[in-house]
Amino acid sequence: MSRLVRILLLLAAGANLSAQASPVSAADTIAERVKPCLACHAAEGRRSKDEYYPRLAGKPQGYLFNQMLNFRDGRRLNRAMSLLMQNLSDEYLQEIAGYFASLEPHYSAAKGQATEAPALIRIGDPARKIPACTACHGKELLGVAPSIPGLLGLPNDYVAAQMGAWRVDLRRATTPDCMGGIAKQLSDVEVNAVAQWLAVQPLLPGAHPAATLKEALPMKCGSVPTAVVTGSKP
Amino acid sequence: MKRGLLKIFSAVALLTALALIYIAWNERDSDPAGSSSSPTTNTADLQARGAYLARAGNCAGCHTAQGGPPYAGGRELPTPFGTFVTPNITADRSTGIGSWSAQDFWRALHHGKGRDGKLLYPAFPYTEYTRVSRADSDALFSYLQTIAPVAQVAAADRLQFPYNIRALLYVWRALYFKPGTYEPVANQTAEWNRGAYLVQGLGHCNACHSTRNALGAAGGAALGGGQVAGRSWYAPSLTARAEAGNGDVSVDEIVSLLSTGRSSKYAASGPMAEVIGQSLQHLSATDVRAMAVYLKSLPDTSTQAPAPAELTADATQRIAKGGQIYELHCKDCHGASGEGAANAYPPLAGNRSVTLPLALNTIRSVLDGGFAPSTIGNPRPYGMPPFAHVLSSDEVAQVVSYVRNSWGNRASLVNAIEVDRSGSD
Repeated sequence: MSRLVRILLLLAAGANLSAQASPVSAADTIAERVKPCLACHAAEGRRSKDEYYPRLAGKPQGYLFNQMLNFRDGRRLNRAMSLLMQNLSDEYLQEIAGYFASLEPHYSAAKGQATEAPALIRIGDPARKIPACTACHGKELLGVAPSIPGLLGLPNDYVAAQMGAWRVDLRRATTPDCMGGIAKQLSDVEVNAVAQWLAVQPLLPGAHPAATLKEALPMKCGSVPTAVVTGSKP
Repeated sequence: MKRGLLKIFSAVALLTALALIYIAWNERDSDPAGSSSSPTTNTADLQARGAYLARAGNCAGCHTAQGGPPYAGGRELPTPFGTFVTPNITADRSTGIGSWSAQDFWRALHHGKGRDGKLLYPAFPYTEYTRVSRADSDALFSYLQTIAPVAQVAAADRLQFPYNIRALLYVWRALYFKPGTYEPVANQTAEWNRGAYLVQGLGHCNACHSTRNALGAAGGAALGGGQVAGRSWYAPSLTARAEAGNGDVSVDEIVSLLSTGRSSKYAASGPMAEVIGQSLQHLSATDVRAMAVYLKSLPDTSTQAPAPAELTADATQRIAKGGQIYELHCKDCHGASGEGAANAYPPLAGNRSVTLPLALNTIRSVLDGGFAPSTIGNPRPYGMPPFAHVLSSDEVAQVVSYVRNSWGNRASLVNAIEVDRSGSD
């Protein structure tokens, strides 16, 4: 054995001895249990301004739960998510969804020019029977409990990627997949304009999904409970 | 000259004839009826027992596509011979097994033959199911007939030549398959025999925990460990104590792992997490205990490991780099000395599952992370984050090498190529 190796081994052994003093323990909490999620999603928002991964904090519980089922059951494709969800029960996924829904998002919008909102955001395109984003995602675009997601505080490339996935059926929701139908009607230019505009909107502290929609949903969505569709409280 | 040719010709003809006679003899359904179950059995009881046995065999595990209706088939099973697509076994009369009889079902389970007599590929583990009793087969069938019919035709298998020639199964079966029954071992307890029956039969543990030869037959010693066919996971030996042999493990610990997905030292991941989540957690305490008693009794097959080679300076350096990565990403949960955190994060020091001869499982755990399965006994499992998007292949290799060679652990080093090759399913 060379001297160098001996020295290195001794150093390694010494490091071990000094470290043995503080054994680790795991708290019996949901916050401890969702640590694997935080490798990509920060607990309360994005990890950095440039990251692709969507925030989880403050999104409606039903929406988060549905997405985890979609990954587990193959309606959405993401290798890491599918593998992580694979052996988890519905009850546990509900608990995880509830935890993230209860967190307050801390989020600063991506820097960008404040431009006028594309017509699709508040008006839609009646000629093509495309409803406004606000018609389902709420006037403030913060989503509607329990299962319509907010659209603010999401990276530009994430939103654009979801639209792309819907167009080629790599992302699906339970039938009728309303958003899939809409994404298939949009042009590249429209997708980019909407994603860019959404990404630069501020998400102010205390922003929560709306409890109800004022008016009935303009179309049927398989992942939204009927009570919400008709505009009454779920 | 002519005589010589004639002799060779006759010899070949004779051998062929003998082979055909052997195949014909091998294929006779020596026990076509089995001993049918008692006709006095109450149907509801029979179905309930069948439902339980279907859990024990994890029939739904293979016969259900991801997110698809249970038992309607369509799950793809990648193997070195091509991809099998599992059939529909709901009670649908035209696309499932709704028009089968209990006798047809028994032939499939016990003899590996379809309803029309066609030979089944051993991706369906009839090599193990053949030990299931006729009574259990009838109960299973009775339960499967209660599954709501789903009309769904499975896509065709996509097998490579020559494996797509079904007739070759005559030869395969002559070499590797003999219908059998479980014969209780007289000098063992009823509990031990029950465990052996479950492990060797419906549990089909050997389907993964054995080395498969070039023709896909489980070779080597039973439960001797091997890479899971078509997947980047290693199913450790259940006999060798250096791997997952249980001679030195208490029955309680084995029971805990099999029924809850975790024990004091281990957390189930990969295909085993699936098996525990879908099958083993639902078995009765007595049955899991019986399996544990049987597994614990298996004689140790560890071979004297060759003395580990002395670490080169280069190896020591790679391990030291791995140590830095460990410090940054792993230490918070697994501890600076690999001691783990009780009931949550498995210890790595002295953990046989990180020093297996194939490092696949540790590599996969680092790349993909994972949760132990949600079970009745551990409904809210802790988990490990994926690192595939954080660490390069070389960094994964370094940290795995560090874990395999620290705190008294000693196993082969891992390189980036092994990590790259482990990235698939």
